[in-house]
Amino acid sequence: MIEALVNKKLIGSNGSFQLAVELKIAEGEFVALFGPSGVGKTTLLRCLAGLEQADQANIRFNGTIWVDTALRINVEPQLRRVGYMFQDYALFPNMTVRGNVEFALRKGGNKQRINELVELMDLGELQHQKPETLSGGQKQRVALARALASEPSLLLLDEPFSALDAEIRGRLHHEVLRLQRSLGITTIIVSHNVGEVYKLAKQVFMMEAGHIVQQGSPADVFSAGQTIGKFRFTGEILALEPMDVLYSLTVLVGNQIVKVVAMPDEALSLSVGDAVMLVSKAFNPMILKLE
Amino acid sequence: MTYDIQPLWLTFKLASVTTAILFTIAVPFAWWLAKTQIRFKPVVETLVSMPLVLPPSVLGFYLLLAFSPEHWFGKWLDKELGIRLAFSFEGLVIASVIFSFPFIVHPVQAAFQNLPKSLTDAAKILGKSNLQIFFRVLLPNIKPALISGTVLAFAHTVGEFGVVMMIGGNLPNETRVASIAIYDEVEALHYATANFYSGVLFLSSFVILMIVYLVNRKAQK
Repeated sequence: MIEALVNKKLIGSNGSFQLAVELKIAEGEFVALFGPSGVGKTTLLRCLAGLEQADQANIRFNGTIWVDTALRINVEPQLRRVGYMFQDYALFPNMTVRGNVEFALRKGGNKQRINELVELMDLGELQHQKPETLSGGQKQRVALARALASEPSLLLLDEPFSALDAEIRGRLHHEVLRLQRSLGITTIIVSHNVGEVYKLAKQVFMMEAGHIVQQGSPADVFSAGQTIGKFRFTGEILALEPMDVLYSLTVLVGNQIVKVVAMPDEALSLSVGDAVMLVSKAFNPMILKLE
Repeated sequence: MTYDIQPLWLTFKLASVTTAILFTIAVPFAWWLAKTQIRFKPVVETLVSMPLVLPPSVLGFYLLLAFSPEHWFGKWLDKELGIRLAFSFEGLVIASVIFSFPFIVHPVQAAFQNLPKSLTDAAKILGKSNLQIFFRVLLPNIKPALISGTVLAFAHTVGEFGVVMMIGGNLPNETRVASIAIYDEVEALHYATANFYSGVLFLSSFVILMIVYLVNRKAQK
């Protein structure tokens, strides 16, 4: 169980603002801090890890005080036993893959665990290589293995998947989820990807300008109670061509190019480059399971 | 014809001792300088860099004054510790350490500053003490800078003339290093001897610097 109250003045791109957050996370839960960049998500994570000092804070982990600014208590990051995955992975360039994971072992730690983690994260072939020779997805797996090797009681993931392509990201989501469930570690992920949060987290704290503006299950937070029977996609018009009495519209939605038909009165107000929203009935679409 | 190789030996002894002392103090100092945020940091940085721009004779002059038994510092050293630094090998070492300090501090400080901060953070999270972080994470990752800094400091000490001239004088076996000996031999019109010392210094400097470039090239690959 984490109970945290954190206040800190932050400097953002539009001047300074106050990070003022109060949150409670039950043991073994997987939660997400969600929101645009620059709202204080990473700072909050760093305060929990002890890498940054808040102006005023009270953080308790399973009843132990980690930070109490009023009592001038601040437990060093070394003693908090958290696992932290950094945005840039922060692998030690001088050590091999295995060396990085072994470095995380604490005194009297279980050496067998290193082998298990190397096996589990599919790093066997890579274990004697240096980090600089690895791809993004591989580095990511090393970073996760290292974070888990220290047998943390709290796992903090700072946008760990943002630099990866969709396919690898999907695979790693799966692995993280499996590991988190089997080890039962309380986990906090920072993300600005709705799909990711939906997939991984049981609970979301939505943040804006230093405050938690909404919290609850991803379904509750993202649909905000208004489930609709329609698909909405936003996209950009790439081409607009007359076609008999109608218009053919080519729209870029995400990475997909979609061709749709527009009525003449709709087409009149549109031009190439416009941002548009496509709304369509969601009733009974084809559903194909992905592996 | 036989040559007195004593000055060469003294030069390399001076450079080795100086480099060893420099390595032990300048590397931790560079680390401190890289992460400190104290207000008078620019003053410290300026002081460290002064030997780069000052004529060596200026530094030598002030050190000579300080080491002189007439001066309170020299008097204190002489009286309390029984050490006389002016015109002694020990004095030369101290002067060389000060004089070559920026040559090792600059590259090492820059290398520390270029390391991502997340490396230190990650090691802290993994429960490592500052000392463990320093020796196992930071130092191994700035190896090229350590090598070039150390070698530059060594080479610079070998090439030193002005400071040695001022505070060392020209005592055989004590302060008569190769650069001084060359000057001395030329004055005495012993060109062959001067040529011998010069040749050895030229070659050894070439080899030393070449090693640095080769090592750094390998490290960059």
